[in-house]
Amino acid sequence: MVIDKIKKMSEVNKEIEKNQEASDMLIGKWIKCENCKEILYKEEVHKNLSVCPNCGKHFRISSRRRIAQLVDEGTFEEINADMGLKDPLQFEGYEKKLETLVEKTQIKEAVKTGIGKLNGQEAVLAVMDGNFMMGSMGQIVGEKITLAIEEAILRKLPIILVCVSGGARMQEGIISLMQMAKTTGALMKLNEQGLLSICVLTDPTTGGVTASFASLGDIIIAEPNALIGFAGPRVIEQTVKQKLPEGFQRAEFLLEHGFIDKIVQRKDMKKVLSKLIKFHNQKGSE
Amino acid sequence: MKKQMTAWQRVTMARDAKRPKALDYIKNIFDDFIELHGDRCYGDDKSFVCGIAYLEKMPVTIIAEQKGKTTKENMQRNFGMPNPEGYRKAVRLMKQAEKFNRPVITFIDTPGAYPGMGAEERGQGEAIARSMFEMSKLKVPIIAVVIGEGSSGGALAICVADKILMLENAIYSILSPEGFASILYKDSSKCQEVADKMKLTSYDLQNFGIIDELIKEPKVGIENDFESVTAKIKTILVKQIQDIQKLTTSEMLEKRYEKYRNM
Ligand SMILES: [Zn+2]
Repeated sequence: MVIDKIKKMSEVNKEIEKNQEASDMLIGKWIKCENCKEILYKEEVHKNLSVCPNCGKHFRISSRRRIAQLVDEGTFEEINADMGLKDPLQFEGYEKKLETLVEKTQIKEAVKTGIGKLNGQEAVLAVMDGNFMMGSMGQIVGEKITLAIEEAILRKLPIILVCVSGGARMQEGIISLMQMAKTTGALMKLNEQGLLSICVLTDPTTGGVTASFASLGDIIIAEPNALIGFAGPRVIEQTVKQKLPEGFQRAEFLLEHGFIDKIVQRKDMKKVLSKLIKFHNQKGSE
Repeated sequence: MKKQMTAWQRVTMARDAKRPKALDYIKNIFDDFIELHGDRCYGDDKSFVCGIAYLEKMPVTIIAEQKGKTTKENMQRNFGMPNPEGYRKAVRLMKQAEKFNRPVITFIDTPGAYPGMGAEERGQGEAIARSMFEMSKLKVPIIAVVIGEGSSGGALAICVADKILMLENAIYSILSPEGFASILYKDSSKCQEVADKMKLTSYDLQNFGIIDELIKEPKVGIENDFESVTAKIKTILVKQIQDIQKLTTSEMLEKRYEKYRNM
């Protein structure tokens, strides 16, 4: 039993590495779409919102690009930008790893938060970034998301949580786990104030993020074909000892099973989000 | 002497089949336990035992993760790994407790939420999230007791509480040491060494300020002097509930929020 679990976890890891390699390919001038195998000119792909012009595959994107795609130019005001580098367990090698990543990615942690306007509609945004430790949730990620939710409560604004995460941040142990309860509690507070929360689930959203704020929005949207689940596909395959069917745990599968409201293409995301905010635009309910 | 035990030794003890399970605690601490079944959506998850009972003379709701002691019982109880129905049953009965103003006591003992196909189809992540969400505003006192293996989101799902008690040789962690070792070191056999680095013992959790009471276990082994442990737990539960009941509901909820807010 336990041995099975171990095997499962190492498989998940391999999968994560593979995905990192795929996104690393974006660094060169040309990229190969892993879906349709077409060789694409990078700049053209990014002009197309990082969606394959040939097959429509939604590539993973940084928080910086995501914000640029969603927020009206010049309106994004980042909050808590400098928070980073927490090593609650004094876990060997972790601090060094973080420092290296900060240098490499030019971001301080796996989420960017701030206030901005979407087609003129104001909202607080928390946008996760898969380039930083696979978007895993440690203390800083949990804290920044909680602070963003509290900012939304303070300003009586909706919150948009754009999720991409491999789950919990292992190196922060139990403290990482506690971030699930912390962010969930904050979302409950926002909920009690009659404020709107929208989750946007992108590829991949798994583990502790799925099992907390990502599943609790008033409205949950996903990008096409995004992998969304609690346990990773390899973990499940090892447990049930069979291959998962095509499309298992993909956005379309979740829609069919009733766990998300809508699948929205990247090109329509800003329009849909701004419309949804407008529908609820009465600044709280007290 | 106990403090010199390695983390791995405690992992082994926490998982020991001989170690008392939730139903043993329920039997010793409470009177007139009546089990209540089902989530009213899909099924009855047997890795959860829930119901109502008296603590001293006070009606309470009990939400417990139940492992088996034998292979047969473990098969029935899915080795204590809940499906979404388990968390939904828990939420249903917590809301019922709120309606009838009964304190809620949870017992945590799970290797984690079940990573199966059906569990994913029926929204394992949502079920866990929803349980924490509801607990964070439940208007009755909640006390959680970590009695064995408190592993990952499957444990935390019923561990959003006003007070958390933890048995000395229980563990509470982000993942099993095996899973942890295989993710970070690509080698699950390193689980013994990593157990220590994970800081998953009751003493670690006390240092982090995550648990409120560490309950010492008898030197002869918990299963050999179980009554002394359950008597202690009973006294603490009564005292804690009385203390929480002195607060107004909004004070209680604010304190509960702050507890996790500060982590
Ligand atoms: Zn393509």
